[in-house]
Amino acid sequence: MPDMPANGVPTTLTQGLRTRGGIGESTLRPDGTLKVTGEFAYSSDMWHEDMLWGHILRSTVAHAEIVSIDTGEALATAGVYAVMTYDDLPTDVKNYGLEIQDTPVLAHGKVRHHGEPVAVVAADHPETARRAAARIRVEYRELPVITDELSALAPDAVLVHENRDDHHIGHVPHPNIVHRQPIVRGDVAAARERADVIVEGEYTFGMQDQAFLGPESGLAVPEEDGGVHLYIATQWLHSDLRQIAPVLGLPEDKVRMTLAGVGGAFGGREDLSMQIHACLLALRTGKPVKIVYDRFESFFGHVHRHPAKLFYEHGATADGRLTHVRCRIVLDGGAYASASPAVVGNASSLGVGPYAVDDVDIEAIALYTNNPPCGAMRGFGAVQACFAYEAQMDRLAARLGMDPVELRQVNAMEQGTLMPTGQPVDSPAPVAELLRRVKAMPMPPERQWESSEGADVRQLPGGLSNTTHGEGVVRGVGYAVGIKNVGFSEGFDDYSTARVRMEVAGGEPVVTVHTAMAEVGQGGVTVHAQIARTELGVGRVTIHPADTRVGSAGSTSASRQTYVTGGAVRNACELVRERVLELGRRRFGSYHPAWATAELLLEGGKVVTDGGEVLADLVDVLGDEAVEVEAEWRHRPTEPFDPRTGQGNGHVQYSFAAHRAVVEVDTELGLVKVIELACAQDVGKALNPLSVIGQIQGGSTQGLGVAVMEEIVVDPRTAKVRNPSFTDYLIPTILDTPTMPVDLLELADTHAPYGLRGVGEAPTLSSTPAVLSAIRDATGLPLTKTPIRPEHLTTGAP
Amino acid sequence: MDFLRPANWEEALAAKAEHPAAVPIAGGTDVMVEINFDHRRPGHLMDLNRIAELGEWEVGEDSVRLGASVPYARIMERLRAELPGLALASHTVASPQIRNRGGVGGNLGTASPAGDAHPALLAAGAEVEAESVRGTRRIPIDAFYTGVKRNALAPDELIRAVHIKKAAGPQQFSKVGTRNAMVIAVCAFGLALHPDTRTVRTGIGSAAPTPVRALAAEEFLTAALEEGGFWDNGKIITPSLAKRFADLCAGACNPIDDVRGTAEYRRHAVGVMARRTLTWTWESYRDARRPTEGAA
Amino acid sequence: MRLNLTVNGRPREADDVWEGESLLYVLRERLGLPGSKNACEQGECGSCTVRLDGVPVCSCLVAAGQAEGREVVTVEGLADLARRRSGGGSPGEAELAPVQQAFIDAGAVQCGFCTPGLLVAADEMLERDPDPSDADIREALSGNLCRCTGYEKIMDAVRLAAARGSEGV
Repeated sequence: MPDMPANGVPTTLTQGLRTRGGIGESTLRPDGTLKVTGEFAYSSDMWHEDMLWGHILRSTVAHAEIVSIDTGEALATAGVYAVMTYDDLPTDVKNYGLEIQDTPVLAHGKVRHHGEPVAVVAADHPETARRAAARIRVEYRELPVITDELSALAPDAVLVHENRDDHHIGHVPHPNIVHRQPIVRGDVAAARERADVIVEGEYTFGMQDQAFLGPESGLAVPEEDGGVHLYIATQWLHSDLRQIAPVLGLPEDKVRMTLAGVGGAFGGREDLSMQIHACLLALRTGKPVKIVYDRFESFFGHVHRHPAKLFYEHGATADGRLTHVRCRIVLDGGAYASASPAVVGNASSLGVGPYAVDDVDIEAIALYTNNPPCGAMRGFGAVQACFAYEAQMDRLAARLGMDPVELRQVNAMEQGTLMPTGQPVDSPAPVAELLRRVKAMPMPPERQWESSEGADVRQLPGGLSNTTHGEGVVRGVGYAVGIKNVGFSEGFDDYSTARVRMEVAGGEPVVTVHTAMAEVGQGGVTVHAQIARTELGVGRVTIHPADTRVGSAGSTSASRQTYVTGGAVRNACELVRERVLELGRRRFGSYHPAWATAELLLEGGKVVTDGGEVLADLVDVLGDEAVEVEAEWRHRPTEPFDPRTGQGNGHVQYSFAAHRAVVEVDTELGLVKVIELACAQDVGKALNPLSVIGQIQGGSTQGLGVAVMEEIVVDPRTAKVRNPSFTDYLIPTILDTPTMPVDLLELADTHAPYGLRGVGEAPTLSSTPAVLSAIRDATGLPLTKTPIRPEHLTTGAP
Repeated sequence: MDFLRPANWEEALAAKAEHPAAVPIAGGTDVMVEINFDHRRPGHLMDLNRIAELGEWEVGEDSVRLGASVPYARIMERLRAELPGLALASHTVASPQIRNRGGVGGNLGTASPAGDAHPALLAAGAEVEAESVRGTRRIPIDAFYTGVKRNALAPDELIRAVHIKKAAGPQQFSKVGTRNAMVIAVCAFGLALHPDTRTVRTGIGSAAPTPVRALAAEEFLTAALEEGGFWDNGKIITPSLAKRFADLCAGACNPIDDVRGTAEYRRHAVGVMARRTLTWTWESYRDARRPTEGAA
Repeated sequence: MRLNLTVNGRPREADDVWEGESLLYVLRERLGLPGSKNACEQGECGSCTVRLDGVPVCSCLVAAGQAEGREVVTVEGLADLARRRSGGGSPGEAELAPVQQAFIDAGAVQCGFCTPGLLVAADEMLERDPDPSDADIREALSGNLCRCTGYEKIMDAVRLAAARGSEGV
């Protein structure tokens, strides 16, 4: 304890006063205890006295005119309180959408994809609601389905949206194209002449589902003032609010939104799901309405990762230097726009990967089709491109007789490299170093499945299914590296708001951090408390539940939350600190000259000088006063890409990760066991190393999933989903997931708070191509489609 | 929907006679999925969990009488010696939680071609003990599967037990899925050597409208083993013999293309599994003979 | 129908249960125990894992009526169960079961939706086998999907719980 003179102002040094639990430490989650005891309230756990259950009737066909809807029998069902269709929508605003408001709240005249909401029911029990929904008679007149580029752009193609008036329609060559972004730099024709080798490839990326475990759900409670309170799992409360309120005909302050527990998101909660439906039913019935999707409905209730066709041409000189890259990326956006424009922006601007190439010709488009709508999923746009350009790099290395890692290192971008958009990379870009590190990690031992008691099938391809005891098993190793932009790009006003309050409670200083940030599992709440401890030197930090009573925190997407809302929390903390120091100067400034002259910090609950001298306890400085600041914070502005050339400073920051995958393939049965998936990633600064590693391992696993098993299969004749269940849409189990050593590199980006770099998405990019590369290494097959399936490795299926 | 809770077997038979459309539920691993997803709304659900004897088994001289609801987890742990093929198949069923609840009676009742127990039962040789208020009958397993998700049970019958021939020799089971655990079979294969009768039997899952045996392959291998004196001399099975057997097994398939796999792959994979399981079982057979040889 | 069962050591009753309801629905919506999770309701994810007469099962696949008269332990009862198992403390003053603490400490919780089911499964495995190999852990937890963590921290957590158990911590 410091000595305390009579005036209550300590003046000793701060030795041992450092506030624990600040940034850089692996502090534990504040919500951890509630989550392990089962008390954490997820959106599907909401409950209210007298609540009703909502249920959504969805289209059974993908593309059809609605001839008639008869709700009579449903309404007459005992226990039913409301049945609503398009005709019951209360205002002229009947559509919503993230960027383009093209998505009907309830189908009007036409359905454009399998599983589109047509009517909603509220009843006293979920079974009553289901039975009533089954009694709604909808007559469809089916239309031909648009399912791919050929059918979308055919001369006589039906238009998925007849009367487009969005801001992309002016620059797309066809109304069935949502958005097109070319990126052209240098002179590809001339560069092509310099190439000693040219490799071409055509690649296919399957439709991946976020498969978050907590299904779409929420509770809407009508309020006495005619408004509604929605408890919801989402990635961005204020974006939801902006889309919900106009449909309900309510001002935004009458739609109160509180974040309920979110059971994972991964992009799948950027778009609205049941939000408006629950509010409509609650306002119509005057009763609280809960809606919980089951897993089947969840596959129709959110957008998926865009499937893509990618055409690449890479040229290089004999020493391995890239001369040029040409590519064309066709993304299937499905029936509604969702995040397609941004996905196009990423796919095109990051289409070359983390390589220095002067001459590029890139085009990316997203189609409107009658397939399920696609939008945001972890790494969007960049994931599809990375799969293809990394396959190309392997192909090029093979053609040149070069080591594939060395080829990548030769062409690796670095700080100062110009992106294809002409934007200079103005922070560390340690691409070659990440590859070096991941390659230097020790290799996992061979034949780990051998034991004295014979083969342990759990460690072999096929696992418990007992398909091999070692027969046909071949090991392969593959590498990949990727680049992802962090934050919202292309001129978007990307900001976050934080409200920070400091006061004395229970005889000690306490800080409360209030943001609207959606905690979806990533650990933002942990990091916010760490930032507050570091900035304000106070151990006790409370995280206020996220709601719309504070300004927007932007989306929990694009690896941006620690950067942007973290930046906002730090900014608000700095403003609080200034106010607290002002208060201190007023109260105690006369006791010590350092109040006026020294750089002052808050540490260990005290005001200290940068030399470590303690000037006052925060308890004394604050007294009965609370200091509270709410402030917005922005990252550096970006600008849109030129619609013809793609030039422009469109991105804020980049994130880089490299993977090495070691697989064992049963080459006769085509089954794969990933033995190890090692990752090296530059995270700038690991604010919470435990959480950062968790993000990297989780992201890597989602990339592994789409390499070997995950795909939503859509019937090309009907555009209907064939596997909307966890029985047939498979995600990796713990027996499919290998050990994942992680090597963190921390090279500060001086433009970002604490030098940090967005973490969450980069590992999802390179894990997929690394696994594919390893399987190619084991089998010698070209493998241009992901996910690979056993038949691709055995019977030559396309 | 009514929920029937027969306290014993006789009550269950009476209830089934009165409500032939009643859906029996034991482990619930098929029925509850259909109810949760609104695929089925039976007028009556009949809980069989209260009938303790369905969870019991008896090991007889030649066969095991396995109660319809004995969980897969129990079969894996307790009947590995008597029913090695079924024990291996049980280990591939879904997840530990499902193996704690599900039993062979449910697999037979659902009669999905993808049911994991079927190939093992076909290979071992078994009879289904079906009973109604009209009496008991034993349906040979070969005659049990009558179509896609259809079986030989009469509407008023319930499965009480399965009588499975005790293993007289090595048995194997292998299943292809696109995940290393918790996966429905793309296709599956069971093989049992029967040194007592000098025969072999097979079972194929998910590669035809019903679970099937590869009869031509069995006949070929039985004859080849006999002619070559393999049972007595314990020679290594030649690659060409194994390949012929595998080809015949693949030829016994009548698969479809579906979301889980292609017909061509299923045929191919059944052939690979047939060859491998033949190798494994024959190695075991030779290993078991070896001490005798050493002593001679 | 009416349903009587014992949940986490306490006799419970539910009225007006629809015959098609699952045990999971009854726990979550009628008994105020939403800890068991509703991720797939088809036995493919393990998030609803409870112990039914001691045995880990997917509560989504148990018809409510099948639970009549039986004993159920959910994630909400894990701490009590652990205490009774170790013969210490009085029920009610629940802290955390060792496996729960290990999940927090190892960073095995992200969104947490899979956590309750994993905890029930992991706790039961450690009860049977206090010193499992990695392959044993993976097999025992192969019925529980997690979408956030990639399972590495879950492996760490179970190893940690086992190690602490063997040290008597």
